[in-house]
Amino acid sequence: MIKIEHLVKNYGSNCAVDDISFEVGKGEIVGLLGPNGAGKSTTMNILTGYLSSTSGSVSVAGLNVLDNPIEAKKHIGYLPEQPPLYLDMTVEEYLIFNYNLKGCKLNRTKHLEEICEVVKIKDVYKRVIKNLSKGYRQRVGIAQALIGSPEVIIFDEPTVGLDPKQIIEVRNLLRNLGRDHTVILSTHILQEVQAVCDRIVIINKGKIVADEKTENITRAVENNRRFNVKICGPQKEVLAMLRSKPGIVYAEVLAQRDGDAYSYLIESEVGIDIRKSLFYTLAEKKWPLVGMEAMGMSLEDIFIAIVDQTSPKARYERKTKSRTRGGEAEREIAKTLVEDAGKSHGGSALFGDDTEAK
Amino acid sequence: MFAIFKKELRSYFINAIGYVFVGAFLVAAALMCCYTTLGSQSYSTSSYFTMLIFSFIILIPLLTMKLFAEEKKLRTEQLLMTAPVSVWGMVMGKFFAAFTLFCGTVLVSCINFFPLYSYARAERAGQEYSELHVGPVTAQIFASVIGIILIGAAFIALGLFISSLTENQLAAAVITVSIIFVMLILDVVNQYIDVYAIRFVISWVCLMSRFANFSNGILDYSAILYYLSISGVFLLLTVRVYDKRRWG
Repeated sequence: MIKIEHLVKNYGSNCAVDDISFEVGKGEIVGLLGPNGAGKSTTMNILTGYLSSTSGSVSVAGLNVLDNPIEAKKHIGYLPEQPPLYLDMTVEEYLIFNYNLKGCKLNRTKHLEEICEVVKIKDVYKRVIKNLSKGYRQRVGIAQALIGSPEVIIFDEPTVGLDPKQIIEVRNLLRNLGRDHTVILSTHILQEVQAVCDRIVIINKGKIVADEKTENITRAVENNRRFNVKICGPQKEVLAMLRSKPGIVYAEVLAQRDGDAYSYLIESEVGIDIRKSLFYTLAEKKWPLVGMEAMGMSLEDIFIAIVDQTSPKARYERKTKSRTRGGEAEREIAKTLVEDAGKSHGGSALFGDDTEAK
Repeated sequence: MFAIFKKELRSYFINAIGYVFVGAFLVAAALMCCYTTLGSQSYSTSSYFTMLIFSFIILIPLLTMKLFAEEKKLRTEQLLMTAPVSVWGMVMGKFFAAFTLFCGTVLVSCINFFPLYSYARAERAGQEYSELHVGPVTAQIFASVIGIILIGAAFIALGLFISSLTENQLAAAVITVSIIFVMLILDVVNQYIDVYAIRFVISWVCLMSRFANFSNGILDYSAILYYLSISGVFLLLTVRVYDKRRWG
């Protein structure tokens, strides 16, 4: 549906997008993920024909956006970062204007009614946009993108500035849209893409750092080897036991203390589920296990690991900083986890070619 | 393109600006007409039209200042640029919206001539036959209105271009006012320049110089072509501004 090939965009000497290529199939929901200034918005602006590319080609529904802009744009609904609203129009006028602008052929009253139903703006339909709250404005922006029922829908940070309830609503909406439309959304919130997207493309400094199915990244997260365990018993002996136990590669005492129970951080070997055998060992020794918590590896950790990988200096700084907080181990583990996940799925692009980092 | 045309025309009347323009134009035109014809007991409309053109210094920027500047400020141009409309369509839609409002107002202001005709009829009523033509010359009025509309189109295109350069409406208005002012003033200054070459060049730049034929009732094709070309050039420049932004 969407095909981006070797896309490059320079602003003067500043390279915003550097040789990006990816494809999006019909009915796929793809999340573009990256820190601020990574080139997400630029990529989307080129995709929608707002900007031109320096080199490379972009085609939507088989039509090249540069050669055949008007036809290609008919297949795209776009919500820019800041919803493009005419503040002095009512919602109705605004949607009718967009309907005319896009030369939509569907039955107007019925089509607009359906869209209002979907994005839930019926109760503000007759109100002036100026007087609407941010959440409603965002929804009117989304409604605008849906007019004409385009095959490709592109959202640039659709949930920015919404309250948590609205965020959930928008995410549900996006997921529903994904049933009959191809959706691309950009965000810097990992949970969002995790919740909504089939596929995640991570961009940093204009380059694609990762292009993975969401499950793979989620699996990397679930493939957890680190636990925070709380054990009642003499601290030194417990630690010695943990360190000597086969299957555990790393153990340390954490500062927390709960009565006579101490917390320990343990890390198991790859591919071994340490939980059961640990339970039996402890039972034998009569050291009650009062808590075991998987150290949630958030996508943030993976994300930071991946992004830092591409800039050795930032990573070095981060390391020295995190050392003081004792977080270095976490970062390292995050990296290995991603690597493992990548290996088990046939040499992924996650850690593709980062010659820079070496 | 039609959607943009309609939207712009509507927005003139949602905001006060459309009413301000129409009101100010009609009041100014009526006062000038009174002063130049009835007040000075003359049927000649040429000084009325000249004064009217000078009022465009203030009136035209009112129409054009917001056309692109506001879109840029509200980031709504992104909507237009990503819609299935060409840049030409967008620019022409906006141009014609301003032009339509302008033309409409100019045509409405033609009621100012009715008193002249009725006075002329009253004056003629006493006389059986006169060798002199009594009353306003319809051909002059007709040609002048066409000339005024063409000059207005050129100024609107100029204002549109200035508006596309900035996102500050006030800056757009101030720049447009000064350029139109300089263009009109140059024509006055031009009469005092002795060097033919300079005079020739200036007469090409300032739009007023071609108006004389119209006010004499002559539809000068070269002048019509001149005004249309000036409008075309500024519209083309506006389109180029947007192309440049896309490619920049």
